[in-house]
Amino acid sequence: MSVTTSQLTEVATLARLQLETEQAEPVTNAINQILSLVDQLHALDLHAIAPMAHPRDEIQRLRADVVTETNQREPFQAVAPAAEDGLYVVPPVIE
Amino acid sequence: MTASIRSLAADLRQGKTSAVELTQEYLQRIAQFDDQLNSYITLAPDRALTQAQAADERIANGDASLLCGIPIAHKDLFCTRNLATTCASKMLANFVPPYNATVVERIDASGAVTLGKTNLDEFAMGSSNENSFFGVVKNPWDLNCVPGGSSGGSAAAVAAELCVAATGTDTGGSIRQPAAFCGITGLKPTYGRVSRLGMVAYASSLDQGGVMAKSADDCAILLEAMAGFDPKDSTSSDHATTHYSEQLNESIAGLRIGIPRQYFNEQLDPKMTALLQTALVELEELGAQLIDIDLQQTALAIPAYYIIAPAEASTNLSRYDGVRYGYRCENPKDLQDLYVRSRSEAFGEEVQRRILVGTYSLSSGYYDAYYGQAQRARRLIAEDFAKAFSQVDIIASPTTPGPAFGLDSKTQDPVAMYLEDIYTLAVNLAGLPGLSMPAGFYDHRPVGLQLIGNHFDEATLLRTAHQFQQTTDWHIRRPSLISGGKA
Repeated sequence: MSVTTSQLTEVATLARLQLETEQAEPVTNAINQILSLVDQLHALDLHAIAPMAHPRDEIQRLRADVVTETNQREPFQAVAPAAEDGLYVVPPVIE
Repeated sequence: MTASIRSLAADLRQGKTSAVELTQEYLQRIAQFDDQLNSYITLAPDRALTQAQAADERIANGDASLLCGIPIAHKDLFCTRNLATTCASKMLANFVPPYNATVVERIDASGAVTLGKTNLDEFAMGSSNENSFFGVVKNPWDLNCVPGGSSGGSAAAVAAELCVAATGTDTGGSIRQPAAFCGITGLKPTYGRVSRLGMVAYASSLDQGGVMAKSADDCAILLEAMAGFDPKDSTSSDHATTHYSEQLNESIAGLRIGIPRQYFNEQLDPKMTALLQTALVELEELGAQLIDIDLQQTALAIPAYYIIAPAEASTNLSRYDGVRYGYRCENPKDLQDLYVRSRSEAFGEEVQRRILVGTYSLSSGYYDAYYGQAQRARRLIAEDFAKAFSQVDIIASPTTPGPAFGLDSKTQDPVAMYLEDIYTLAVNLAGLPGLSMPAGFYDHRPVGLQLIGNHFDEATLLRTAHQFQQTTDWHIRRPSLISGGKA
């Protein structure tokens, strides 16, 4: 399988990345090289095999549904690019 | 300066040196030599000297572990409270975490001194340490060669004696490959053995923190301080830990070492084959039994990994939105523009490439063909190893296809770079522990032998490497360029 520049532009939109016009072709070529590396998997019939998500095939441990964290808004917002009155500041979403 | 943790700990107790003096000595070496290597992104001299003073008090009070007062470094992917954590990315160039990674917390508690944060490939994506916003790292054995990656800064710093030991992380070989290229010992533990809390995520089902040091003994001591259950990491295992450093002296007589024919085939450079064969004979002379084994699914590891890792990366890196922390573009015209430009301006080329591959393989209509298929292949790889471990105790293989390659020799060809990890990726897909130990020199560049263990059997890997290091001296040799020592 390979991807066209216009498909990749659509993927970039989904990933919130900008594919500049002059990069579009080299990036598409690089991605297609990577896809050709992984293409050998498509030749295999693996339908009888269950997908394995955890490297030791275990189920992730759950914790009790209780509050354990204290409010740390101030230290967390201290590292924000823009925060004011306890809120994160972003450009207007609704004009 | 080729001191081990044990010998330095003895010197500290006998008053031959103090933690403060030792720390100053290492800071001095960094000031003198790191211009050539670029192994550190951030130095923390004041913090280090404060920790060293506290360590000296603990040692004087007789309340100190072996690591107390020992100068170490952290890969700049572990969050350190009030100390910049950049992940070698413009995205986090000014990020100062409000909390410590569990690994940092535990190593601090042992009394070790943190000299600083080491360089890496951006967000741990790379095999050469050439994808860093803070510049490439050079190999102390040959300044025209890469140190390997992604934990290239940690490997170069240990090799050049710019710290005694260091932490690293390994998603597809990022501890073992740079350890091999820099002539040091590196261990990626079993998935779940070391807490991932505060270790910035790349591919969550593959990432594991580990240790890099000159010897297996040093690695065992550092691992002991780091390993163990962490209730704050839902992927952390409660499987009991053991005293790795106390089992090193047991003989390896009778140990069954599997030699996978798919790893030692005609594709391996004949000079590499010869070097590694010599190391295997050495292990045989120590009483180990070499057994020919089959890992039939080996060829699936590269394609499965290069679907799974980018897919998980694209998900993990969606958190960098320019809002809560990290880089934000100038004058965004709206919220979409803020997201898109912040990410496009701050992520490097390789990171963007992996996000694109991952987003594509997870997108509607392609998910099962790519991600689903890779997860099925992953099971075949894991079963292959499980079968092998019913016949043998550990597996030995090359760590890398060759010695360290030239700077800028593979940067234009992502696939050639990906193939550098051909011997290490499968271990992460199966969540197994893997170690690389120095096993000889290819011309003037070090070469590593990889040992792969069964889940949670780090102790056997460390013991085998330690026994090997009792009868060989590859791990003691230091690069003459930097240390003025004898290579």
